[in-house]
Amino acid sequence: MDLPTLWFAAVAVLWTGFLLLEGFDFGVAALLPVLGRRGAAEGRADRHLVLHTIGPLWDGNEVWLITAVGAVFAAFPGWYATWLSTLYLPFVLVLFGLIVRAVAFEWRHSHSTEAWDTTWTRVITAGSLVAAAGIGAALGATTLGLPIDGDGNRVGGAFSGLGWSALLGAVAVVAFSLVHGAVFLALKTDGPVRVAARRFAQRWAPVAALPLLAWAGLVHLRSGTPVTAVLWLVAALAVLVAWARIRVGREGQAFTAWGAMLVAAAATVFGAAYPVVVPSTVDPAFDVTVTDASVSDYTLTVMTWAAGVGLPVVLAYQAWTYWVFRRRLTAEPAHESPSGAPA
Amino acid sequence: MDVLDIDVLDIDVLDMARWQFGITTVYHFLMVPLTIGLGILVAVVHTLWVRTDKPEWLRMTRFWGRVYLINFVLGVATGLVQEFQFGLAWSEYSRFVGDVFGSLLALEALLAFFLESTFLGLWIFGWGRIPKGLHLAALWATVIGSIVSAYFIIAANSWMQHPVGVVADDATGRPVQVDFAAVLTNNTALAAFSHAIVAALMVAGALLVGVGLWHLRRRKLSKQPTTDVDHAVWRRSVRLGGFVSLAAFVLVALTGDWQGKLMYEQQPLKMSSAEALCETEAPASFSIFAWAKLGSNECDDVHSITVPYLLSYLAHSDFSSAVPGVDQLHEEYAAVYGATYPDDPSRFGDLAGQEIDYTPLLAVTYWSFRLMIGMGAVSAGVAAYALWATRRGRVPTSRIGVYGSLLAVGAPFVANATGWVFTEMGRQPFVVYPNPDVPVGEQVWFFTAQAVSPGISAAEVWTSLSLLTLVYGALAVVELWLIARFVRRGVTTGDGAPTPGHTPEGTADADLPAGRDGSPTGARRDTDDVLSFAY
Ligand code: HDD
Ligand code: HEM
Ligand code: HEM
Repeated sequence: MDLPTLWFAAVAVLWTGFLLLEGFDFGVAALLPVLGRRGAAEGRADRHLVLHTIGPLWDGNEVWLITAVGAVFAAFPGWYATWLSTLYLPFVLVLFGLIVRAVAFEWRHSHSTEAWDTTWTRVITAGSLVAAAGIGAALGATTLGLPIDGDGNRVGGAFSGLGWSALLGAVAVVAFSLVHGAVFLALKTDGPVRVAARRFAQRWAPVAALPLLAWAGLVHLRSGTPVTAVLWLVAALAVLVAWARIRVGREGQAFTAWGAMLVAAAATVFGAAYPVVVPSTVDPAFDVTVTDASVSDYTLTVMTWAAGVGLPVVLAYQAWTYWVFRRRLTAEPAHESPSGAPA
Repeated sequence: MDVLDIDVLDIDVLDMARWQFGITTVYHFLMVPLTIGLGILVAVVHTLWVRTDKPEWLRMTRFWGRVYLINFVLGVATGLVQEFQFGLAWSEYSRFVGDVFGSLLALEALLAFFLESTFLGLWIFGWGRIPKGLHLAALWATVIGSIVSAYFIIAANSWMQHPVGVVADDATGRPVQVDFAAVLTNNTALAAFSHAIVAALMVAGALLVGVGLWHLRRRKLSKQPTTDVDHAVWRRSVRLGGFVSLAAFVLVALTGDWQGKLMYEQQPLKMSSAEALCETEAPASFSIFAWAKLGSNECDDVHSITVPYLLSYLAHSDFSSAVPGVDQLHEEYAAVYGATYPDDPSRFGDLAGQEIDYTPLLAVTYWSFRLMIGMGAVSAGVAAYALWATRRGRVPTSRIGVYGSLLAVGAPFVANATGWVFTEMGRQPFVVYPNPDVPVGEQVWFFTAQAVSPGISAAEVWTSLSLLTLVYGALAVVELWLIARFVRRGVTTGDGAPTPGHTPEGTADADLPAGRDGSPTGARRDTDDVLSFAY
């Protein structure tokens, strides 16, 4: 494998890892209004519990996004420049969602009135949905086509990059995240939240997989290989497994299968798109390919060494924190004042 | 759309993109120095607690740690924007510098951000769950992550100030990296990195001093005891902050002097315009105060009060050498890099064919440089006052002294921001500055005017600029309110009894009572509670 291809694979792995990890915290955040609906006090405790499952993890997950974007810039500046400037406003919206969501996580508990809590909880939900949809749209468009000219610059107005492919990507990522988040909650909590989350996943898993499968299928039909056909079938099969497992209450297995579905679908998409990183809807001759967009072999070699040493270490300590926070959580009434300490 | 329209829009895009980059980056860099500086100090205090088990160190860790976290998250949120900006509005820049610049950003994410965010989560949620030593190590890992992050990003910035380790591609003029080690050990980067880290310590020191003095005075006026833990917390904060500030100021001056000497070699125009030095002088004097016709960028209009010989010393370490003036340098640059922009509207918009002004905005470079140094000096003065006023257990009650110190918390922030404004505006009109150590024909350089994304419209940048500015403004209000509220409330709540802190060493999750979320039992819902840290 030549270096640009290796780095294309690395970028694909980073985006997949990002969706796999941040996907569940997007989903959990988006499910807050659905799952925290019992009486006022209980609802509050439930929301607290739901947020607590992702509290220690979301920031680390988000770094996968930063690293994925950084790796696109580092290995394929032509892709980075074309992609971001063409989808200028959608990306700004994603940033907006990510900003408000990040501060809301931290600020929600910095002050303790009911209205404050409710507001920031809503902001977490809204920001997560906007970010998930925007990133899905950007990924959908970069695998299915953007209106660019021979220099990689956008043709047409601010919204010319936003077609059906962007919409498909947006729906796919949001739907995937919702079920991913529900299965994660079922796995990480106990009590009513667990029951509600499991019920949500049971009901929606098959439907929620459809847009993602459709997206992967389209990219495959356009430029796929026999290998991507197999990958697509694996993804479809994994949906059924995930569904069957969540129905019998095997949450760990369902989580794994649902994750495998994403990995297989992402592999289909990236595998079929290769070697084109931004297809042009104006003229196929303007497609930005891995070779056009990549940096010199020297720089790729340096990066390969750095990533070869750095990435395993990162994976090891991230896995370790997941292990530290592996315990199931249960709700407790908010502002309970246990013996000994004043409220 | 006819050609005329496009040209008009193009120039707007460039100016607005510059405002956008300037606003978002300066904003990001208000959080960053506090994160770096306070992170180091909290880690030190936490270490002291683990070592001595004294309750005041624990309370300081909790209190300042909370301020650190409120600020940290805003640094993360605004940093995200930074990561995307180069592709959004500066796509030509990204294409041009791609072979060097992107890898530094990616390495920053891989080697620093993962470390920071993962271990910060562990620190926040690890109170009472993981062994003490490991918990402390998590904080240190976060702090090291911040410092490594600063190193990579400054290496990236310094490379555009002084591009090393590359050769120019014959066909495109783009830099092709040949020596990564040279990029990492760029002397510009080493100087800027050390300068920025000590400048960050000044920010944290000033905060500890200002807040500590205010609490000490308030407690004294309301006749609270001077023997309890809280008193010790504020007193130690003032002393620690004061010493750190003063020491950091000395280091800031030393590293700044190092940067000045490099700047004289690498970007002489920046140096001369920082001094409003029009004509070449030997020996050159340092300007303390200058005035000119308002809005004029004409050197001849500048009058200034000067200290003889000092500039020669700053640039060369002697009292006689010549320092070239702006006028002479401008001519030299025009001779080498062209008197006008190439006549290519597709790449230079309205500026195509226009004369190039190699002199940065004199008023900005001159005053930002002075503000940086001046505000640093103010901050050092306050630190000295605070140390003196709290000598041998004293508590100052002077209104002016204490409120002045509180106000002066802002001074090192201003110094940091103006330092960057100076650095970045002083390199105009280049975005990648030619490296004078390389023979002229082989240099790599890039004008700011050609760096902006060609495909985007003025309306888009206008939208994002207003949206981001509004959001950032709102966030600033909430952040300041939260920090002020938290800081005013102080360290204790309720009974003010010392808190139990950690559960015994090595407590594993499973050992904790179910449903407790691992928080240390018996200390719920006050500021020392783990869940007031967590979510
Ligand atoms: C508390 C903040 C602070 C303080 C008190 C100072 N600086 Fe500074 N300075 C910075 C914060 C800063 C900064 C924000 O961190 C900059 C911007 C870029 C950089 O590397 O550091 C900077 C840049 C900067 C540069 C520009 C380098 C370049 O453009 O290549 C010079 C020459 C100095 N400083 C010199 C000094 C001197 C001689 C000081 C004397 C006391 C000083 N600074 C105090
Ligand atoms: C690695 C760090 C940085 C990089 C790569 C960088 C890069 C850039 C770029 C590409 C621009 C726009 C082009 C231009 O106007 O020249 C710019 C402008 C600017 N940056 Fe930086 N910057 C960095 C750090 C900072 C920091 C930390 C600050 C301030 C806190 C800052 C302040 C500014 C300002 C004020 C401008 C507007 C200047 C102008 O347009 O004339 N920069 N920078
Ligand atoms: C324009 C260039 C810059 C880019 C692209 C950039 C990028 C980022 C990003 C993406 C984050 C969020 C990381 C996270 O989620 O954990 C961040 C935070 C941070 N950045 Fe920047 N940054 C820039 C300028 C700077 C400069 C000049 C410094 C240091 C001197 C710096 C130091 C930090 C630090 C220490 C953090 C982590 C602490 C915090 O969030 O406040 N950055 N930056």
